[in-house]
Amino acid sequence: MLDLTYEPPKPKVIPGAKHDWELVIGLEVHAQVASKAKLFSGASTQFGAEPNSNVAFVDAAMPGMLPVINEVCVAQAVRTGLGLKAKINLTSAFDRKNYFYPDLPQGYQISQLYHPLVGEGEVLVDMGPGIARRVRIERIHMEQDAGKSIHDMDPNVTFVDLNRTGVALMEIVSRPDIRGPEEAAAYVGKLRQIMRYLGTCDGNMQNGNLRADVNVSVCRPGDYERYQETGDHSVLGTRCEIKNMNSMRFIQAAIDYEARRQIQILEGGGTVDQETRLYDPDRGETRSMRSKEEAHDYRYFPDPDLLPLEIEQDWVDDIAGALPELPDQKKARFVADYGMTEYDASVLTAEVENAAFFEEVARGRDGKLAANWVINELFGRLKKEDHSIAESPISAAQLGQIIELIQADAISGKIAKEVFEIAYTSGRDPAEIVETEGLKQVTDTGAIEAAVDEVIAANPAQVEKAQANPKLAGWFVGQVMKATGGKANPKAVNEIVQTKLGL
Amino acid sequence: MTNDLTKLTIAEARDRLRAGDVTSVELTEACLSAIDAADALNAFVHKTPEIALDRARAADERLQGREEAPAMCGIPIGIKDLFCTEGVPSQAASRILDGFRPEYESTVSRQLKDAGAVMLGKLNMDEFAMGSSNETSVYGDAVNPWRREGDATRLTPGGSSGGSASAVAADLCLGATGTDTGGSIRQPAAFTGITGIKPTYGRCSRWGIVAFASSLDQAGPMTRDVRDAAIMLQAMCGHDMKDSTSADLAVPDFEAALTGDIKGRKIGLPREYRMEGMPAEIEKLWADGAEMLRDAGAEVVDISLPHTKYALPAYYVIAPAEASSNLARYDGVRYGRRAKLAQGDGVVEMYEKTRAEGFGHEVQRRVMVGTYVLSAGFYDAYYNRARKVRTLIKRDFEQVFADGVDAILTPATPSAAFGLGEMSESDPVQMYLNDVFTVTVNLAGLPGISVPAGLDTQGLPLGLQLIGRPWEEAALLNGAYALERAAGFVSKPAKWW
Amino acid sequence: MSIDKAQAAHVAKLARIKVEDDALPALAEEFNTILGFIEQLNEVDIEGVEPMVSVTPMRLKRREDVVTDGQMPDKVLSNAPDAREGFFAVPKVVE
Repeated sequence: MLDLTYEPPKPKVIPGAKHDWELVIGLEVHAQVASKAKLFSGASTQFGAEPNSNVAFVDAAMPGMLPVINEVCVAQAVRTGLGLKAKINLTSAFDRKNYFYPDLPQGYQISQLYHPLVGEGEVLVDMGPGIARRVRIERIHMEQDAGKSIHDMDPNVTFVDLNRTGVALMEIVSRPDIRGPEEAAAYVGKLRQIMRYLGTCDGNMQNGNLRADVNVSVCRPGDYERYQETGDHSVLGTRCEIKNMNSMRFIQAAIDYEARRQIQILEGGGTVDQETRLYDPDRGETRSMRSKEEAHDYRYFPDPDLLPLEIEQDWVDDIAGALPELPDQKKARFVADYGMTEYDASVLTAEVENAAFFEEVARGRDGKLAANWVINELFGRLKKEDHSIAESPISAAQLGQIIELIQADAISGKIAKEVFEIAYTSGRDPAEIVETEGLKQVTDTGAIEAAVDEVIAANPAQVEKAQANPKLAGWFVGQVMKATGGKANPKAVNEIVQTKLGL
Repeated sequence: MTNDLTKLTIAEARDRLRAGDVTSVELTEACLSAIDAADALNAFVHKTPEIALDRARAADERLQGREEAPAMCGIPIGIKDLFCTEGVPSQAASRILDGFRPEYESTVSRQLKDAGAVMLGKLNMDEFAMGSSNETSVYGDAVNPWRREGDATRLTPGGSSGGSASAVAADLCLGATGTDTGGSIRQPAAFTGITGIKPTYGRCSRWGIVAFASSLDQAGPMTRDVRDAAIMLQAMCGHDMKDSTSADLAVPDFEAALTGDIKGRKIGLPREYRMEGMPAEIEKLWADGAEMLRDAGAEVVDISLPHTKYALPAYYVIAPAEASSNLARYDGVRYGRRAKLAQGDGVVEMYEKTRAEGFGHEVQRRVMVGTYVLSAGFYDAYYNRARKVRTLIKRDFEQVFADGVDAILTPATPSAAFGLGEMSESDPVQMYLNDVFTVTVNLAGLPGISVPAGLDTQGLPLGLQLIGRPWEEAALLNGAYALERAAGFVSKPAKWW
Repeated sequence: MSIDKAQAAHVAKLARIKVEDDALPALAEEFNTILGFIEQLNEVDIEGVEPMVSVTPMRLKRREDVVTDGQMPDKVLSNAPDAREGFFAVPKVVE
């Protein structure tokens, strides 16, 4: 397997009033499993349905209802684990996490505390060319999502919609290996990318399909290294958990705020209380979620309605064998096979559909040229109009035609851009456009010579200047290009001008 | 006379329905009359005469049809209030489910319905199946049709399936469904002189039955005799995909196993069941039962189940723990009763008041004990420890079965039925001791059956329990059949209601 | 392990059951009676014994990933004490 070598980024240093501080961050990412039905019931997981219409009696926790596990949800979690190079536990079990909340009908959430489905793994988070943070995954477990409580529809009443109750979640728990807000956001982005490649989660943060609980603490320079040597977490400082973050931008802002808040307390001689907090994007601050008394006692115990989940190694191997090429592999391959920069490879592999599009454009053609066009021309244009690659009005085959035309010297780079624009707005084939609009590059030396002769004859003063200062010969090239409507092959024009001017 | 119709066993009714001797409508009407005249027993708490007659008529049509109708077709039965029955109040005898009418039918009651059985109504029980005397019901106590000789004291029919037991014993229906978590079928059967069987854990689906303790609950039939139990159990069990703890095993023909021949079978008498202070009558009955089985050709041996005495304490950790979690859903949000709230009450107040008003005292107590044993710092000391003891209890049985024992004979209860209200002053543990012979069976997940075997000096029925190997209900029923024939118990309670 | 009034109150709170202050001592006493009974379990030697995890060990059945349920908001809401505009309504929850 191809691999690029990386160095870890330097941890972010925050200067406090008195000392320098460093950050320690761990994330628990909740990813909604891509499946048709819920984890333990046959109701649909489709977003945007009428309230309480994707609800089975099991989800509503009616008396006598029982859970039955969805095999695809299990497979998706295994697939995710394999994508994070993690250990798959052939035996895992389900536990009840007991607490009261209106959008938790059972009064407990079925989760996996003691024996999760997936064990330790790792993720490589790219932070720039040659720089990446290796983040260790502690575990991934399956659990039920809760419903939605709507507090702002009425001043006195909370409305509860159970559509999301029981949807399968994968909770991906990282070790405290992340050392800065940008890293944290990039980590979430990497997980999202991997899961989108795998098809195990659509990563739609706006819909809440991917959200993170962010654990933040601050420590003094040197403390983290001590933790790495001894494994003693206490030197990392007291951490606070910021819950339910579903925006990468806000994750960074929240971490920044929280770090400064903790630093201020510590430098003032106080201690940080371990607590759960929420980020308020309007105010740009985190605030405490629960009072100290309400510390939750979840009374975890194995769910007696479910037996331990036993999966076979063969089944896991089959899933492993069918995994698609993952982002890191694809990126390394693009660099090696197409000779592109790591940066370009990153851009092209950010979304698997984009990478596939690119490879179709590049097939049998100049890879570097293809990369340049896809990244700079196509992506730029798509972004401007807020289109995804799936909505691209120009197909990979069509873009490929442009590349071919350039490679064959049939059109110049400049003309190619015009052709691209026409193809993009009209959907016509580039080859047809070039033919119909007569945009084919003029390579006929006779015609070019004639054009050069004309310009030379009409501008004797310029001829003298150019002969004295050869750099000014470019002016003639420009004139000929104008005269030929840009269709003359610039290289040929330049050669002929040079010759005719006697340079 | 219509009264005589209600005295028919399921087997007899089945034959006479097919012979054209009697119709399901006639049977049903006879039961409905008997029920209406028996309000003093407070066994039926929701009567469903219209549904009953509809189903009876449909059953009669089906019996006329060309296809062979199932054994339970046309048989009028009662359904314990713990089973969710579509469109019909299903309250688990609790105030907190006041008004709840499920939009679905439990698998077990649906199977009976599909077989053509006629639901007469819902039966009284201890609230949320937590109790051994049917004294915790929101509907009021159920009453045992049996009375002590010359004594009009109202007696308990046992619990939690007290209404079921009372109804069958008083000939209000030909059979009834019960559930058994720590003895709730077997103990009331013994108190009322009828037969009740709890099958192996996983034989019957739990889907649609209000959950009390998930790893212990099982549904089962309560009937006049062993043959009826075999017939009704057949219709109730089977794999259900909707219940992950339901066993994917074929259901053998239980009735076909009733040969009465137990020659060469090995019956064990566990010495640890001989408890201190055990009433002499119970000891004698047990010994008599052993003798009867010996006479029938079985080999009777002494065995040891060393961890027996820890079964009750283990049960009273595990069952409340699971219950505390299973009952968390009763919160006034989606169904049942919600407390009236004061100005300024938020959702926490709503939960607290709803549950305080909706749950009876025994339920509250068990939910809180369960909450406590699972709470931070105590999980290992209580719950985990209890589960380990449970492993040992199960192992005791496995050892004995591995040694060649086919079934185990024990008393069903430590006494005959006691008076209603008699135990109200005692501490809660005294009531729990009623289950001392039965809880081991739920902890080990084994099948167990209670068969009426004699009367005590006051004329009250006493039962004997047989415990079988996992999945071998057929053999167990046959052993019970032999015991039943030998015991020859035919007494019925004298009608006072 | 003996439970006092404060612990009894804490357990009631965890279980979301309102117990009046004057009922707490009696409740604590009942707990203690029951817990006293349960203490017997400490006599058992559980060294090396696995806690029972499933009563009848079998392979956990799986469902196919097909939508077979839901689409019945009326039935889901039909028993609700307070349902409004397709939602369950509860007194305002303060985060």
